[in-house]
Amino acid sequence: MSSAAGREAGSKAWVERLLRSQEGIVFLLALVAFVVFSVLLPSFLSAGNLLVLVRSVSILGILALGMALVVIARGIDVSMIAVMVVSVSWAFVITRAGYPFEIALLIGAGFALLAGVGIGTLIAFGDVPPIFATLAAGSVIYGTGRTFFFTLEMQNVPPDTDWFRLIGQGSLFGIPITIIAFAVLCIVMQLVLSRTRFGWTTYAMGNNPNTARVTGLPTRLMVVAQYAISAFIAYLAGLILASSAAAINARLFNSTMIYDILLVVVLGGIGLNGGHGSVRNVVLGTVFVGILLNGMTILNIDYTIQNLVKGVVLLLAIVVDSLVNPRDEQTSQQGDL
Amino acid sequence: MKIKILVQALAAAVAIAVGLSVAHAQDKGLENPRSTTFHTALKDKKVVFVPLSMGFDLTEGWAAQMKKQAARLGYSFEIRDPAWSTDAGTKAIQSLISEKPDLMVVHNPDIQSYARLLKQAQAAGIKVIQINLESNTTTDSYVGADWTEIGEKAAEAIVDKCDAGKGISTKVAIDTGVPTAASDVFQLDGIYKVLDAHPAIQVVSQQATEYNPEKARSIMATVLQQHGDLCGAIGIWDNQDTGTASAIKEAGKSDQVFLVTSGGGNQVGCENVKNGLFNLYISYNVPLQGDLLNQEIARLLMSDSPAGEVKTMYFNPLTLITKDNVNQRNCWTLDDLK
Repeated sequence: MSSAAGREAGSKAWVERLLRSQEGIVFLLALVAFVVFSVLLPSFLSAGNLLVLVRSVSILGILALGMALVVIARGIDVSMIAVMVVSVSWAFVITRAGYPFEIALLIGAGFALLAGVGIGTLIAFGDVPPIFATLAAGSVIYGTGRTFFFTLEMQNVPPDTDWFRLIGQGSLFGIPITIIAFAVLCIVMQLVLSRTRFGWTTYAMGNNPNTARVTGLPTRLMVVAQYAISAFIAYLAGLILASSAAAINARLFNSTMIYDILLVVVLGGIGLNGGHGSVRNVVLGTVFVGILLNGMTILNIDYTIQNLVKGVVLLLAIVVDSLVNPRDEQTSQQGDL
Repeated sequence: MKIKILVQALAAAVAIAVGLSVAHAQDKGLENPRSTTFHTALKDKKVVFVPLSMGFDLTEGWAAQMKKQAARLGYSFEIRDPAWSTDAGTKAIQSLISEKPDLMVVHNPDIQSYARLLKQAQAAGIKVIQINLESNTTTDSYVGADWTEIGEKAAEAIVDKCDAGKGISTKVAIDTGVPTAASDVFQLDGIYKVLDAHPAIQVVSQQATEYNPEKARSIMATVLQQHGDLCGAIGIWDNQDTGTASAIKEAGKSDQVFLVTSGGGNQVGCENVKNGLFNLYISYNVPLQGDLLNQEIARLLMSDSPAGEVKTMYFNPLTLITKDNVNQRNCWTLDDLK
């Protein structure tokens, strides 16, 4: 009797603990959505569908990993989509102009890195707030691409590049390579964040940039490196995206994709004021968005209503979070983004 | 008698000489006053094109052809590119109404947004041609596809493959673009007009892809998980349906799912027909549309009747491209048109 009561109290404490963080709330929401869809939709729980589910958001997840790194260091990178579409499209255009595909890919990577370093320099040495720097840089990069690199927004993967198609369309032991790429990047990022000096410095910068600087950490160089990495991750995501759809459309720059990335990061529980969160949060956010999208597609829900549901869920998560974790003195001092 | 013959001979000689001299004059041809007028009448005119956005096959193709004619006939041609923003497009048209060019070529993002502005433009004396995507307002001219007809053609092809007893099942998926565009609303009407007459056909999914190939891919992948026996799919635009097609190919169901899509007949779309990704490609033929557009521009600029007085429209013929007729005549590249 007493042990049953203890267990009950234990599980109650467990739920309370979960409810105390944004992450926990989203985890519960995801769990509820998963269970509801599994019961309602007969083939939701099939292995095939679960693979499709994870795969459809893997690219989003990869982009969110890059965003997470920047956000943890109290920055934000809204230029990721611009970097992604321009560097990948340019690589394809160069290939069609007669250069070897591999060299074109290297040039694309070089462009992405250069863009990232440029943005990082602007923020670290020019002291421009990250949101403005990346917002402006995104337009500049996209404009440069459209004006000088390619006329057509839609670039098909160049012919005779069968190995490239494998990245997005092949699978290993029945698991799509896209998912494997996401998993590998998650592991790498987790190791970098938790086991390396680079990772610790990133958290330190997010927690308190001034202290980090006064302590003697190379914060300016770190900022440059972080934006270079997020740009490079954007390039990788772009390659996988192009490979899986056999084409890349520069118009993604005008879509809501960048907000979807932020949605994943914030929903997963990485606060925009930096210093908190890990890869686990990105995975959680990604999977939750995946469950929602997949379930709504199977239910054949109308486009406008799908957008409505996404918005309501995000609002719900934020409202519940601010109810459960009210603003305290520390957050009001730090300020939100 | 002799004199009479002499006179006759003389007359004949004169006649021949006159005839010869006339023939001589005809050697250098006759001046055609209409040609001169045609080539000079449009000199100071101004034409402005407001596309959805530049940078994709359709708008680049039309613009290339319109530029060519502007150079030939000596009128000025400008492009105001709103880059997919309806808001920017609205502002562009508003400022054009005060700038008063002679003619506007407008590509509507949806059937509602520009409707009133186009009326205002005509009231201000600007002639308006709508290209390929209509608004609710009829203007001086509309040139482009009949989306209802495309929908009907697509649905007929699907019925042919997937009606009861014909295919693996009667399940069909529809991938739309943006729910408010003319291409969506009218095409869906065309599709359902046909499908409603064949109640056996089941539409198992109708989802918007926002013209994004990756979104189209993941939607089709999900649909194929739920309905492994899907028989057919209708996509609303070739640019997005490369994604739909690659999901079908990945699932190894290229032989099972009959995919119909439509587009401007660009070589890129044709490549996808050739390699079996699209089973039927309904082309609205951008080079043909460009020619029609040029003809309408010249006609309206030369006509003395005020803007908005006579309203005409022409739905251009469609080309149904399958593996059997992917050829030079039906497919084009941008360089061909420049």
